[in-house]
Parts: sequence; structure tokens; C-alpha cells
Amino acid sequence: MELLTPSIGLVFWATVAFLLLLILLRKFAWTPILTSVKEREHRITDAVLQAEKARAEMAALSANNERLLNEAREERAIIIKEAKAVGDKLIADAKEKAGVEFNKKVADAAREIENQKMAALTEVKNYAGKMALEIAEKVLKKEFSDPQKQQSYAAELVDDLKLN
Amino acid sequence: MNKSNFSIFTLVLAVFGLFQVSTVKAGELAEAEFDAKEMIMHHISDAHDWHVAGHFSIPLPVILYVPGSGLDFFMSSEFHHDDNAQVLAKGKYLKYHGVIYIADEHGKLDFGHEEPIVGNEVAEELDLISGEQDEALPVDAHADVAHGYPNNAKPLDFSITRNVASIFVSMLLLLLLFGAVARSYDKNGVARGIGAFLEPLIVFVRDEIAIPNIGEKKYGKYLPYLLTVFFFIWINNLMGLVPFFPGGSNVTGNISITFVLAVITYVITTVSGNKDYWMHIFWMPGVPVVIRPILAVIELIGTLTKPFALMMRLFANIAAGHILILALIALIFIFKTAYMGFVSIPFVVFMSTLELLVAALQAYIFTLLSALFIGMAVAEHDHGHEHGAEAHH
Repeated sequence: MELLTPSIGLVFWATVAFLLLLILLRKFAWTPILTSVKEREHRITDAVLQAEKARAEMAALSANNERLLNEAREERAIIIKEAKAVGDKLIADAKEKAGVEFNKKVADAAREIENQKMAALTEVKNYAGKMALEIAEKVLKKEFSDPQKQQSYAAELVDDLKLN
Repeated sequence: MNKSNFSIFTLVLAVFGLFQVSTVKAGELAEAEFDAKEMIMHHISDAHDWHVAGHFSIPLPVILYVPGSGLDFFMSSEFHHDDNAQVLAKGKYLKYHGVIYIADEHGKLDFGHEEPIVGNEVAEELDLISGEQDEALPVDAHADVAHGYPNNAKPLDFSITRNVASIFVSMLLLLLLFGAVARSYDKNGVARGIGAFLEPLIVFVRDEIAIPNIGEKKYGKYLPYLLTVFFFIWINNLMGLVPFFPGGSNVTGNISITFVLAVITYVITTVSGNKDYWMHIFWMPGVPVVIRPILAVIELIGTLTKPFALMMRLFANIAAGHILILALIALIFIFKTAYMGFVSIPFVVFMSTLELLVAALQAYIFTLLSALFIGMAVAEHDHGHEHGAEAHH
């Protein structure tokens, strides 16, 4: 049947036309189109990767920041604690030292007062003694101007000595 | 010829619902005894001139080669619409049912029996009145000449027929379309306009046909062929569905064209075939040695049946679609009433819609199977011998 028999002319022209079409389309259509598509796909892939990387970097960065912040916080806490301890100790020391000093001062003052008092008392005693001696001398001088009296007194003193 | 011209013209009008006109024509044709088979066969076959409407056809170049006497070149208008071996062109060629023969010494065809009634004088007379010759012919002239095949020699016919011209039109369309796509990319590589519409199809052929079947590594070499064959078949299928000029030619429903496409796929497959491919054809690994020669014969036939199936599938699908639509239209003329249009036209619309789907589907199938065959030929069988089964598809 004619419908099922290829005819040479049509086969010839179809071959020529198709191969020509293939060559022309490959040169002027498929190559530039596929290149554009491929380039765009590469660009998109690159952009996605870049974004991914940037996001990862951001995440890393913020994690780092967080860590630094935490460390700083901890450090601050430690420093504050230490400072407090040091301060407390200083205060305690100062208090203790002040107490000791105070006690010492008080003791010194007391001792000084005692000393002064003793000195004053000694002086008063010495002075009183001296006064008494002088008074006694004068009294004696006056009393014992009469030799009789001197005799009787001496005799009295001797008596006393004997009693002792 | 005129009869068919009329019917095709009427088809066009009927499709557009101009029932009044078709009533008139149908009435006329009814008297000339409408032959649906002849009308359909005429429509789906190739022709030497391109019928546009009514009596108007575009003459196409006829290129004939007769071994020994060289090339002859003239326009198809020299046959004056004759298709019944009545008009001599260049003094020696006769056209009979779309085939050009070399006339015998009496200037007519030899049917191997009694002398045809119509002689040279009639033919020459017809030549003068040109386009009107069919009506002038006595009815029995048709009847006599219409039987059997002539014994006359045929020149090698390299004419630019209607199908060749249609292929040129589709080529031009494809070049314009995809040239425009190639130019539609902006600096970011984004397609605008027509490119935005056609690029997904190109990417579809690449990602759904070429890469899965041929493989990521080797598809690049074959992609231009697959793209070309896909869009060539598709656009010609679609043009075939357009019922008026410059569509309506049955390009992809013609065995010559599907033959060429199938042969190209076969050549690519055969040339690309690597050692593994031939190994699996001639000395199938993994089967008993006794069976290998038998398998070799089967596989060798298989390499030919695959492209043969490609050729037949496309041809039969598209030709069948055309025949079906034409048969539905022919009902109007068979029943001799325009009211048949109320039945035929909805069916024709339905079938045409279906054919739109078939047009894309057949382009896809042809391309997919071509990719599959190429993929088989270039596949690397890196894991031994269990791949034999895949060559049987």
C-alpha cells in the first residue's frame, strides 16, 4: 500500500531538512539556551550555598557571642564574689586591728594615767614628807630647846624602843 | 481532483459551522458520488501542490530525476490540477493518483490491458481549459483509468511536495521560536516572554527524558537531537491539526518522515553503542553458552524492531487521528445533509482536542524511547551480568 511505503524524495528532503534543523537549532538555540539555564542553575545553587554558609557563620558567631557573654558573666560573678570576700576580710581585719589598737591605746592611756598618778602621788608624798620633816624639825627645834625636855623625850623614846 | 478540492474546502467551512455553504456543496458533491475513502486518502497523502482553498493551490517545484536523462525541474502547476494522467507535463510526465509516471510513446499510461478511452486529443484539450478539466471529463473516463496500477516507469521524485514545504514551514517556525527563546535571556539568565513559556519544556526534556535515561555524564551530547526531535514532531503534529493553510499537512503521519526520524535514532544508537552494548547483543553474558547464539539473533532483530516500532507508532497514531476526524466530517457528505453537522462537529471538536493531547504525547514518547535506546547503547555495566533483561524492552 502506498501509505506504508516511504517515498525517496520525501525521505531525502526530510533527512536534509531535519539535519539542517538540528545543526541550526543546536547552534542558535539549544546551546545558548542550555548554557543560560545551566549558568542560572549554578548561580542559584551558589547563592543557596552562600546563604547557607552565611547562616551557619551567623549561627556560629552568635553562639560564640553567647559563650563569651556567659563567660564574662561567670567571670564577673567570680570577681564580685572575690572582691566581696576581699572587702569583707579587709573590713574584718580593719575592725580587728582597730579593736586591738584601741585596746592597746586604752591600755597605754590607763598605764600612763596610772604612771602619772603614781608620779603625782609620789611627788605629793615626797612633798608631804618633806613638809612633815620640816614641820617636825621646826616643832622639834622649838620643843627641844629646853635640855630637860630633850632628856625626858629621849628617855620616852628609849622606852618605846624597849617595848618594841 | 476538483472533487477533493471541493470536499476539503467544504471541510474547512463545515468546521467553522458555515452550514449553509456546506449544504450547497454537499448537494453538488452528492451528484458526483462522494467517495469518503478517496477523500480521506487524498487528504492524508502527500501532494505535489499545496491546496489553499477552492480552486486555489500554491504550485510547488517538481524535481524529477530519470537515470540516463538527467534532472527535470518544473512547477506543479504544469499538471493543471490533473491527477488522472490526463495532462502531460514537459511532454513526458503524467501524474496519476499523486504519483508521477513517465508517459509511454502515446503520451499515456499503460495499464496492461485494453486501450484507455481518453486519448491524446482529449488530454491536450484539457490542458487548455486547465482547472476545469474534471467537470469536462466524461464520467466513464474516471472509471476506466481508476483501476489498477500503471506499468510505466517512474522517475525518481525529489519534488518539493506539500509535506516537504510543510517541513520547511515548521523549520522556520522552530528557528524563529527558539531563536527568540535564546535571545529572551536577561543578564541574570532569566527568560522573559516566549522564553518563560518554552524554557520549562526544554528543561523538561532535559530533566525528565535525557538525564534519567542516558545518565548525568553522557546526556549532553544527545540532548540537542532529543530536543530537536521532540519539538519537530510536536510542532508538525500541531500544524497537522490546523485544518487550513499552512497547516493541514499530514507530515508526522507520513511513513517517510517517521522513517527518517527512526533511522536517525537508529544510527545514533548504533554509532554510540559501546562494548557492553554489543556484548549484550552478540554474546549475552550470564546465560548458558548454547543459548547465546539464539539470543544474538533475537537481539540483532531487536535493534531493528525498536526503530521500526518508533516509526510505526508515530505514523499510525497521527494518521489515525487525521483519518478519524476526516471520517467524522465525511459523515456529513455520506448522509447528504448539513444537519449531520450537529452530530459530526461535536465529535470532531472532541477528537481534535484529544489529538492535541496525542500530538504532545507522541512527541514525548518518540523522544523518550529514543533517549531510552541511546541510554541502553551508552550504559556502563559496572555491576556484572544481571543487566541482560533490560535489552529486551
